[in-house]
Amino acid sequence: MHDIQKLKNIASQVRRDIVRMVHACQSGHPGGSLGCTDFLVALYFDAMKRKEGFDMTGKGEDVFYLSNGHISPVFYSVLAHAGYFDKSELATFRKLNSRLQGHPTTHEHLPGVRIASGSLGQGLSVAVGHAVGKKLDKDPNLVFSLHGDGELQEGQNWEAIMYASHNRVDNLIATVDYNGQQIDGPTSKVLSLGNLKTKFEAFDWKVLEVENGNDMEEILKVLDEAKSLTRKGQPICILLKTEMGYGVDYMMGTHAWHGKAPNDEQLQKALDQLEETLGDY
Amino acid sequence: MKKYTYTEKKDTRSGFGAGMAELTDKNPDVVGLCADLIGSLKFEKFIEKAPERFFQIGIAEANMIGMAAGLATEGKIPFTGTFANFSTGRVYDQIRQSVAYSGKNVKICASHAGLTLGEDGATHQILEDIGLMKMLPGMTVINTCDYNQTKAATIAIADYEGPVYLRFGRPVIPVFTDENQTFEIGKAWMVNEGKDVTIVATGHLVWEAIKAGEILKEQGIDAEIINIHTIKPLDSEAILSSVKKTGCVVTAEEHNRLGGLGDSVAQLLITEYLAPQEYVAVNDSFGESGTPDQLMEKYGLTANDIVAAVKKVMSRKSESL
Repeated sequence: MHDIQKLKNIASQVRRDIVRMVHACQSGHPGGSLGCTDFLVALYFDAMKRKEGFDMTGKGEDVFYLSNGHISPVFYSVLAHAGYFDKSELATFRKLNSRLQGHPTTHEHLPGVRIASGSLGQGLSVAVGHAVGKKLDKDPNLVFSLHGDGELQEGQNWEAIMYASHNRVDNLIATVDYNGQQIDGPTSKVLSLGNLKTKFEAFDWKVLEVENGNDMEEILKVLDEAKSLTRKGQPICILLKTEMGYGVDYMMGTHAWHGKAPNDEQLQKALDQLEETLGDY
Repeated sequence: MKKYTYTEKKDTRSGFGAGMAELTDKNPDVVGLCADLIGSLKFEKFIEKAPERFFQIGIAEANMIGMAAGLATEGKIPFTGTFANFSTGRVYDQIRQSVAYSGKNVKICASHAGLTLGEDGATHQILEDIGLMKMLPGMTVINTCDYNQTKAATIAIADYEGPVYLRFGRPVIPVFTDENQTFEIGKAWMVNEGKDVTIVATGHLVWEAIKAGEILKEQGIDAEIINIHTIKPLDSEAILSSVKKTGCVVTAEEHNRLGGLGDSVAQLLITEYLAPQEYVAVNDSFGESGTPDQLMEKYGLTANDIVAAVKKVMSRKSESL
């Protein structure tokens, strides 16, 4: 059974971490991080099968790749809460000599990170590669990945999408953060993605949708369904409709907070809105 | 001048194919990836022996590099194969982020490097790949001189942990190195000891350097010839000790004179031991269509060009004395 209240509490703590991390260094991407918080919490604290500790290969466990590396605050906070490293390290985010680089990297040997990401569009290929590697090893575990919707403007994704269906990479669940926003404005204005569902389906992927990607129950339900559909000959895509900046009212419904840090007053306002107070770094 | 002979000519890419075939038995973690150029890369025997460990990617080089990074994370040793141009320039950022910066054990294997790809012309003839790859922190850069050395290098890099760029070519060239050689990454190979000039060559220009050495000998010039198969890490010790003896150096490579082996040697000399240097390389130009021999001639990469460069560098040495 899913422990929904526990997951919601963790999500609130993660959101508080995000605004504080970005505030502390006055740099980073709070909008997408807040939008994906519920999904990443659901993934790491419910959906994924994880081993104790961390090894780079992830043999014998599910693995996750963050392709849209700019939402590193949520990734780092979730990894810390999941026990990969101490939560106190979150305070070093984007600061000199930190393992928590602006965009995630393996270069600093931070447990939990298996690939560098930040230059967009590369993560799906890596996830597909790891998924075929797991098949080669007869490892029954799954590969999960997360991508921005704007990131799908990078052509490499479509190379990977084509490869995965042609080769029946069916141990892969790729999720698109479908928030409709990118740095320069709404995705529909910058470069429209059209109908992503029919596009993925045309590439012979199984597509699942989450209408409210900030609703924990709905996310868990779709993740359960996605897992039940693996090993059936098709790669799986989840279109997760999130709200950028979710949980902080003045960051929602705009792309303005895609890559902007709150000031002291704005930080306090955000923390006041995020009700859970336990477990801050 | 030590005598080098050959009984046959072969393409270096076939050495890669033979090395890959041998790796199917030697190393179960080795996997092959290819972007629609199985025949060009000579992958057939590998596929025949280990079909489950081969991935046909299609014409999608960026995906190939990313998938290789994912396979490497799982503990596999991926060898990616396509033309040098599409192996490097086309996917520079993918190699930079997903392979080099991420420290993945991926072997980027590139055929048809340089001008001698021939008639296809400049779109397919990359002359900047050594520079691109050697600028990446942590990347090992290897450019082999004949069939046997390419085979040995292919087998050797599977045992080395870390990203490697392995460069080889299309034309058939003399096979003059030992069949059962061991390949030591980063260790220069002394082709001929001499005292008047150092010729540092890489790739199939090593054979041109040997021919040049024979011409020079007839003219009373005793050339020391070094085969630099590993451009990064550079065997600084071998080059420096030779140049300290001869007092001048000619570098020879099928690459743009900017950013290749010549620049690596120049950087070494300017910081460690000043000595005159001449480049035998393509003079900051794109290539064009033609037969490999015509192109070698036109772009100044033959034994005679090496001889001319030796004369020039030796006169500069005497001026500086």
